[in-house]
Amino acid sequence: MKDIKARILLNRRIGLGYYKMSLDAPYIARTAKPGQFAQIKCSDSFEPLLRRPFSIHRVNRNIEILYETVGRGTEILSNKKEGDKIDVLGPLGNGFTLPRAMNGEPRAIIIAGGIGAAPLVYLAEELTKKKIKTIVLIGAKTKNLILCEKDFKKATPEVYVSTDDGTYGSQGFVSKLFHKILKTTESKFETIVYVCGPHEMLKCIADICQERKFECQVSLEEKMACGIGACLGCAVKTKSGNKLACKDGPIFNANELLW
Amino acid sequence: MAELGVKIGKIKLKNPVMAASGTFGYAKEFEKLVNLKHIGAIITKTITLNPRQGNPMPRICETSAGMLNAIGLQNEGIDNFLKEKMPYLSKIGAPIIVSISGNNIDEFFILARRLDKIKSISGIELNISCPNIKCEGLVAQDTKETYEVVKAVRKITDKTIITKLSPNVTDIVGIAKAAENAGSDAVSLVNTFFGMAIDIDTRKPKLGNITGGLSGPCIKPIALRMVYEVSKNINIPVIGIGGIMNANDAIEFMIAGAVAIQVGTANFIEPGVCIKIVKGIEGYLKKHKIEKIEDIIGNLNIKN
Ligand SMILES: Cc1cc2nc3c(=O)[nH]c(=O)nc-3n(C[C@H](O)[C@H](O)[C@H](O)COP(=O)(O)OP(=O)(O)OC[C@H]3O[C@@H](n4cnc5c(N)ncnc54)[C@H](O)[C@@H]3O)c2cc1C
Ligand SMILES: Cc1cc2nc3c(=O)[nH]c(=O)nc-3n(C[C@H](O)[C@H](O)[C@H](O)COP(=O)(O)O)c2cc1C
Ligand code: FES
Repeated sequence: MKDIKARILLNRRIGLGYYKMSLDAPYIARTAKPGQFAQIKCSDSFEPLLRRPFSIHRVNRNIEILYETVGRGTEILSNKKEGDKIDVLGPLGNGFTLPRAMNGEPRAIIIAGGIGAAPLVYLAEELTKKKIKTIVLIGAKTKNLILCEKDFKKATPEVYVSTDDGTYGSQGFVSKLFHKILKTTESKFETIVYVCGPHEMLKCIADICQERKFECQVSLEEKMACGIGACLGCAVKTKSGNKLACKDGPIFNANELLW
Repeated sequence: MAELGVKIGKIKLKNPVMAASGTFGYAKEFEKLVNLKHIGAIITKTITLNPRQGNPMPRICETSAGMLNAIGLQNEGIDNFLKEKMPYLSKIGAPIIVSISGNNIDEFFILARRLDKIKSISGIELNISCPNIKCEGLVAQDTKETYEVVKAVRKITDKTIITKLSPNVTDIVGIAKAAENAGSDAVSLVNTFFGMAIDIDTRKPKLGNITGGLSGPCIKPIALRMVYEVSKNINIPVIGIGGIMNANDAIEFMIAGAVAIQVGTANFIEPGVCIKIVKGIEGYLKKHKIEKIEDIIGNLNIKN
């Protein structure tokens, strides 16, 4: 973990309200695992005051983040120029647990809802590097909000899409697509599910996984101040007491959580 | 090089910059980001006799130039603290001050008695001012209760006692005097201001606890005024806290009368800020050709 003044190499709008930023932060790129995040200081003033957490979207020599403009911090971020420098603290959190692969077993199913795709591309890349059969399901409200389809397809051929309004892929919530995929792709192998998206979606997928006795790792979002386990602002209730989303998470085993 | 050392009770600080309780965890959280031994003193997250779960989520919410928190003193209790946290803290090399809070005088007494036996603890900060625990008012809102809590702790320990005051009072000088009269070695002020925020779309409070404590740059002018008034009226050292983000803020508090300062919310935004403030103070003294930090303490120029 390091606090780095990183140069912005690229900051580009990639769709309705979505941006991709590439940052010159070799240390973080070298050490980050899929599912970890960084605390980024969006503003040089006291407005907004606190840093904002963003998942590590991809790594090469640099790190990439994928973000949605939802408020002051992300708005300011979207106006940053190439060459500007910003404070980036990372990598933070625990990251996903990747299974040990043995002849195709287990298989992984990645489920992304909306901006929840952000941490999952790097995960898909790492899983397939380990020769783990990986299926990706992407859900969004409508066609032009589907994120990262191409990037996922580079990692694995099995990418399925659903939109709430049916403008692209199958119609309905991604949980419906999940049901469908489970029916059509029976597997004799163990299945591990990785999911990031809106809270209701996480819960819904976690319930399906519990029925089927699949391991399910969810990426949780809580309001954060420090990002390093010092303020106790990001508590998550679990079966073994309070945990911290920033330090013990943001990835939790779904059946550990008290939803 | 200018002399940065100050003294609070029996504690000799190599510089006047301390990390404030609840904003620096148990220091280990910052070990990769800060050279901990260079901090003037580290004040640990407030501990209580028994473990506390803390308040419901959400516990933090950002406001204009500040933040609200309602953590609710989540901690594992003193047994766990001594077993799990103290061994690391003892090795840091900066004075360790342990913040404690109790539901009544007995609990403060018991906590202090246990800490008194531990050599590597330099001092005890009495958090009688946390706004996030449910009880009838704060100890720090009542001169008599403040006096009694400090007195009870004074009886059991010779370690340096710092009494942490709440700004949510009409007469903070009166409370500070009560702490002084009961034998406190110093007072630290301020803890957070009662505050709240509401989401107008859902009409829900933005904090699970409905109300919480306001901290950050937005409270600085009020905190500064309180430090000024208290330090003029008591004879024990005052430690200034409230919205200190950089060396200039820290120096302002010292000119107003603070012998040392604590950095809170700023640690979240810039983990290395304490050390940066030490360096900034050094630079200021050099620039103004001041030999020792003591020369600026309370040295407010009010002549016209
Ligand atoms: C571990 C973690 C990883 C994250 N990764 C990403 C990522 O890769 N890409 C991305 O775009 N976002 C991510 N987020 C969410 C991101 O941090 C917030 O969107 C951001 O903090 C909003 O800041 P703002 O100043 O723009 O909005 P604010 O002005 O703070 O808030 C504007 C609106 O957004 C809502 N909002 C604020 N914070 C969150 C949040 N954490 N979750 C949901 N809604 C929120 C507020 O309730 C409010 O309605 C992540 C959050 C966490 C905790
Ligand atoms: C998240 C958070 C947790 C805090 N926890 C404690 C605590 O446990 N004990 C305590 O005495 N003060 C606690 N405080 C108060 C700070 O120590 C400090 O008095 C206050 O935040 C004002 O300083 P600042 O504006 O520099 O943050 C907490 C503050 C914050 C923001
Ligand atoms: S954000 Fe501070 S403890 Fe998690």
